Amino acid sequence: MKEKKVHDWFDHPQNIRKLRIGFYIVLLLLVLPDFFLHKHTYFSAVEGWPGFFALFGFISCVVIIIVSKLLGYLLKRKEDYYD
Amino acid sequence: MTDFLPPFLLFFAGALLLPLLPRAARNILILLVPALAFVLIAFMEPGQSWNYRMFGFDLTLLRVDKLSKVFGYVYVINAFCCFLFAQHLKKADEHFAALVYIGASLGAVFAGDLISLYLFWEVMAVFSTFLILARRTERSRSSAYRYILMHLFGGLVLLAGILLQIHDTGSVAFDGFAVQTPATWLILIGFLVNAAAPPFSAWLSDAYPEATVTGGVIMTAYTTKTAVYTLLRGFPGWEILMVVGCVMAIYGIIYAILENDMRRILAYSIINQVGFMVCGAGIGTAMAINGAAAHAFCHILYKALLWMSAGAVLYMTGKSKCTDLGGLYKTMPWTMAFGTVGALAISSFPAFSGYTSKPMIMAAGVSEGFFWVWLILEIASAGVFLHAGIKFPYFVFFAKDNGLRPGEPPKHMLAAMAVLAFLCIFLGVYPQPLYDILPYGVDFQAYKLDSTLNQLQLLMFSALAFFLLLPMLKRTQTISLDSDFLYRLGGRQLFRVCRWAFDGLNEHANRLFAQQLPGLLARFFANPGGNIQKHCMRLWDEASGISDGQAQREKKIERRSRSGAHPTGVGVLLAVMLLVIVSLLLSFK
Repeated sequence: MKEKKVHDWFDHPQNIRKLRIGFYIVLLLLVLPDFFLHKHTYFSAVEGWPGFFALFGFISCVVIIIVSKLLGYLLKRKEDYYD
Repeated sequence: MTDFLPPFLLFFAGALLLPLLPRAARNILILLVPALAFVLIAFMEPGQSWNYRMFGFDLTLLRVDKLSKVFGYVYVINAFCCFLFAQHLKKADEHFAALVYIGASLGAVFAGDLISLYLFWEVMAVFSTFLILARRTERSRSSAYRYILMHLFGGLVLLAGILLQIHDTGSVAFDGFAVQTPATWLILIGFLVNAAAPPFSAWLSDAYPEATVTGGVIMTAYTTKTAVYTLLRGFPGWEILMVVGCVMAIYGIIYAILENDMRRILAYSIINQVGFMVCGAGIGTAMAINGAAAHAFCHILYKALLWMSAGAVLYMTGKSKCTDLGGLYKTMPWTMAFGTVGALAISSFPAFSGYTSKPMIMAAGVSEGFFWVWLILEIASAGVFLHAGIKFPYFVFFAKDNGLRPGEPPKHMLAAMAVLAFLCIFLGVYPQPLYDILPYGVDFQAYKLDSTLNQLQLLMFSALAFFLLLPMLKRTQTISLDSDFLYRLGGRQLFRVCRWAFDGLNEHANRLFAQQLPGLLARFFANPGGNIQKHCMRLWDEASGISDGQAQREKKIERRSRSGAHPTGVGVLLAVMLLVIVSLLLSFK
């Protein structure tokens, strides 16, 4: 019987660390051009501020997660609730 | 009659042929049907139609224009991939239901009038139910039951609207509805039930995850997107749809975040994505219709890809809860890779298909100056990445290793996923072929330095929020209350109340009529003459105050009636009195 190949790259903490550092570098590189770029805006000049969409995405998600968490207390039930 | 065949007939014919064939031939037939249908649709010219007469109306079984063709194309492409994915099925029943279901949805998007549309609409509801039932579990059975009830309800609302519309206007035409009347509102609600708009949304997240591995993949494409098509056709520019779309987009995200079952996460993200399309219908400009149609096209493909990767996991492990899964990248790297492509496409990550379609809807909203729509859809875009883009692959393929070591799914499943993954990337990099088949000329450039950069910032910082708040997103072994709560518990309560009321009534009636009354009557009729005399005597005695000798006289009456020896005189007297009364009554008349 052929041995199944098992990847375990993500099991090693040093790999996760590399990944995290790479992720932060990408985030930085994404915001950096904003300081030199003139952006086209739709509704208000605020959209053109450097890092606006980064902040927008981050805050949106934090709010969504917190709201979900709070609603979770109200809506979550045990799996056999309907049985 | 024209020189071409409506594509749905091909699917129906294929379905009828299916049970007669051996398995190998069936597997070829189910691939051949969508391939042929693709050629057929490619050769159909806008403006062609096929009319027939039924119920005293001139009906249009086939109306070809660019809008119906976009949906036609993606339906058959997706059907091909789904049937490739479903090659392992040994029985013909699921293929049969799927062929009829897909054929009916093709019929619906090419139907030129309300009656034909309605007929296909109901066929879709019935045959998709079999894809849930085919799972053959107790849960799927009750889920399918709720699913068909909800769709019958929606179908009845639609039918009521159509009948009113025909009554009001005398026309069965299915074009853009301009005036708001009870008829058009009922039709709109009928469509929205199938589009899974809250509060009629729970059927989707209830039923799809209970369907079979392949049934789930197939169902995700057709019901909701046919509803999107009908909204684009019938209700462009109805502002209420912008509100409905925004609610759907946010609602889908919140429930997907709360959910534990991976296929239910994906089910909620369908509602979220359909929200974008419904918004497009609400904006209603040429660009918005284009955007919604393009997004439906891309959505069907990446959603099928996501459901296939989830289906492959379910097929190989038998598990679908995030709390049971995790660490599957170790032995299912290809499934993980394809699933991630689908996840990036749904998040409209640049270079994947969602990015060339969804921003078109938002750009249409911006050019109409709808600030709130833009704001909510941007928030929803960030949220998509959160729940479908990261959460799904992360908790299924990475996160905590639960020790599951399944292999890759069968080759044909991988092949189907590979085709769809290719299309997702192809349409993301080179969307022109898609733009060419859209209903209106496309004046939209997805890749601009600033907007692409904005999108990347939005998504990557959403990812940052996900990983920073990971402890708050821990999976729990729970379900979430949705609007199906109303009819699941409400139905049970109604049943309880009915049981209490009707069973009580029943029991009372049973006691009275089945137990007490017959005994009473039997005792009376055992000796009717004697009993009447006895009762009369008792009444007489009570009235006149005589109380002694009662028992003696009753015995006498019993003895007489048993031997039939009543004194003749009394009988004659009674007969004469009766005759006098009758003749008096007659003479007064």
